[in-house]
Amino acid sequence: MKTVDTLEIEPQRGLLRFTTAGSVDDGKSTLIGRLLYDSKSIFEDQMDQLEESCRRRGKDEIDLSLLTDGLRAEREQGITIDVAYRYYATPRRKFIIADTPGHIQYTRNMVTGASTANVALILVDARNGVLEQTVRHTYIAWLLNIKHIVFCVNKMDLVDYDKSTFNNIRQELDTLVLKLGVEDAHFIPISAKMGDNVVDPSEKMFWYDGPTLLSLLETIEIEKDWEFTSKRFPVQYVIRPQNDAFHDYRGYAGRISGGVFHKGDEVLVLPSQLKSRIKTIDQYKTSLPEAGFGESVNITLEDDIDISRGDMIVCSENPPLIGQEITMMVCWFNERPLQPRNKYIIRHTSSEAKCVIRQIEYKVNINTLEQENDCQQLKMNDIACISIKTTKPLFFDEYRKNTITGSVILIDEATNETVAAGMII
Amino acid sequence: MSAKITINNQHLNELENEAIYVMREIAAQFEKPVLLFSGGKDSIVLVHLAIKAFYPARIPFPLMHIDTGHNFEETLTFRDELAQEVGAQLIVRKVQDSIDQGRATEEKGINASRNKLQTVTLLDAIEELKFDAAIGGGRRDEEKARAKERFFSHRDEFGQWDPKNQRPELWNIFNGRKNMGEHFRVFPISNWTELDVWQYIMRENIKLPSLYYTHHRKAFNRDGVWLAFAPFMQLKPAEKVVDIDVRCRTIGDITCTGLTLSTANTLEDIVSEIAASRITERGGRYDDKRSEAAMEDRKREGYF
Repeated sequence: MKTVDTLEIEPQRGLLRFTTAGSVDDGKSTLIGRLLYDSKSIFEDQMDQLEESCRRRGKDEIDLSLLTDGLRAEREQGITIDVAYRYYATPRRKFIIADTPGHIQYTRNMVTGASTANVALILVDARNGVLEQTVRHTYIAWLLNIKHIVFCVNKMDLVDYDKSTFNNIRQELDTLVLKLGVEDAHFIPISAKMGDNVVDPSEKMFWYDGPTLLSLLETIEIEKDWEFTSKRFPVQYVIRPQNDAFHDYRGYAGRISGGVFHKGDEVLVLPSQLKSRIKTIDQYKTSLPEAGFGESVNITLEDDIDISRGDMIVCSENPPLIGQEITMMVCWFNERPLQPRNKYIIRHTSSEAKCVIRQIEYKVNINTLEQENDCQQLKMNDIACISIKTTKPLFFDEYRKNTITGSVILIDEATNETVAAGMII
Repeated sequence: MSAKITINNQHLNELENEAIYVMREIAAQFEKPVLLFSGGKDSIVLVHLAIKAFYPARIPFPLMHIDTGHNFEETLTFRDELAQEVGAQLIVRKVQDSIDQGRATEEKGINASRNKLQTVTLLDAIEELKFDAAIGGGRRDEEKARAKERFFSHRDEFGQWDPKNQRPELWNIFNGRKNMGEHFRVFPISNWTELDVWQYIMRENIKLPSLYYTHHRKAFNRDGVWLAFAPFMQLKPAEKVVDIDVRCRTIGDITCTGLTLSTANTLEDIVSEIAASRITERGGRYDDKRSEAAMEDRKREGYF
């Protein structure tokens, strides 16, 4: 075997994860199909299989949704039930698409897809303008703290590529974006079916001078969204080799969830509140001078402190909030409703506790964004603000400041099912 | 092939960080995990990631190979050497034993394969050895049923997968809670594509079985797929065994591993070949050609 001396490693843009929400008729599958097809990410054997599936179902045209709907039940019913993950790459970037169904009864799937996304694509039908579902999709993206929202005003071919139609919709979207406080919004007039402004610029819409969808996705900057200010290191696992070479080694394994840690930094350990200094930051056989957000490392400390899974190593000048009474936005996932006084298991970073629901503060009507008070229970797909009390203190940040230390899931102790996604406010 | 190869390093770092995070979650959340080792590139990458996740300690779980008895000889040699080098316990469970005990029935006919029978042996081993998590090299880009798979994928007490009733997976908080007798399949490289795996192998200089490099082999063509010839395989009248230069793009049971006609014999060549390929790696897998939902059906029953 040859060694890799001819290898050229280029510093490029990393991964971009985006989510798409859409309903059956708004052309979402066509859009994804076009992104995959035009970036040559659909392979010949997949295309053969697809043609065969379409023939068997008596379709004249190739239905690209059969490519993304992976389960037998989905193909039979012609709907997307679950989140499907798709992968494609261009020479400039690699992409992960979390493709989710867009109807209100799939709000929980949209929330799941959005939880890991950097960018949300929202499709608006140029003939219909801003609908309830546009508001819903935008709200969910905003709620999950997706900083970049790309509105694709689709089916421009059906409105004669009319500039003023696009501008009117854009104005309405601007109002929505402003109301919610979306940080970075983009608006592109496209025709997924004809290919205008998806991969190639549209000749018909000469009046649009912005980027195509693909080139926007390739260049959108997400690095500045990472949390570099407050150091957070939830301990996942303790590594103690206890062999001759590493007799006294005690490494705290975890993934940095905020800030940049340096060798020699003074740190605070929670919940013990003890202070120490970072002795080493190890990544396999390499000792690093520093490590930042997203990196999986081992941290060793100067002092011998009792630390285990669920503890957190942080900076002493800007520690997280510590408490047992927590208010959060939740999306409810389960058929069994949430009610005050119900008890659940709560998972937050690497720690686990129990909690009791104290109160439903208000429910959000996700079509109108109005708050509804006097709510006694939450049903599947409801989004609401609740307050809880935990059996032990959690160390957390507001979700909008740090999506990792600000997020939780609730688990039903009887069924072990994940029943809610929570975002601390 | 002399195309300049560029590797997206930042992207690979992100995938590696994620996979190592998942490995550590497995060790923390389960009492008795096992790494399913097939001798193929994906499970070799898993072993490499596990070494990195727990260094300087050893990998805190054993490796298990479900042996169909229809393996490429090179795979078995490689398996034994790797286990020794890593210092991990290697457990081997044989499909032949399941057949001899009457737990599984050999398929008949010309396309007979033990691929599907592995499920019986696998589930028996998980039950016998009381594993509560089995780590696999499945990737979501491989196949459409796999695209729906979770990182932490729940299996009921019969080892079955219920794809329509999966637990939602939010952010990177994994819920590995279960009842007695149930287990999880965990897929640390869910988000990797075939090209990512090859680029990572190249960047990390990971040793692979020689089968992945072009070599001379007796093979025959069945329905457009080149298959390696082995003495226990039946040929159709029109099928002829020939000597050709081939390599494996995936390695599985010898009866269903399609061979690629290739001249690639370095990792650089292989990465260029994969990058230029217009056919997916499972396009050459005979086990997926059985029906549109072949993988979904096998996975429901408890397949890898």
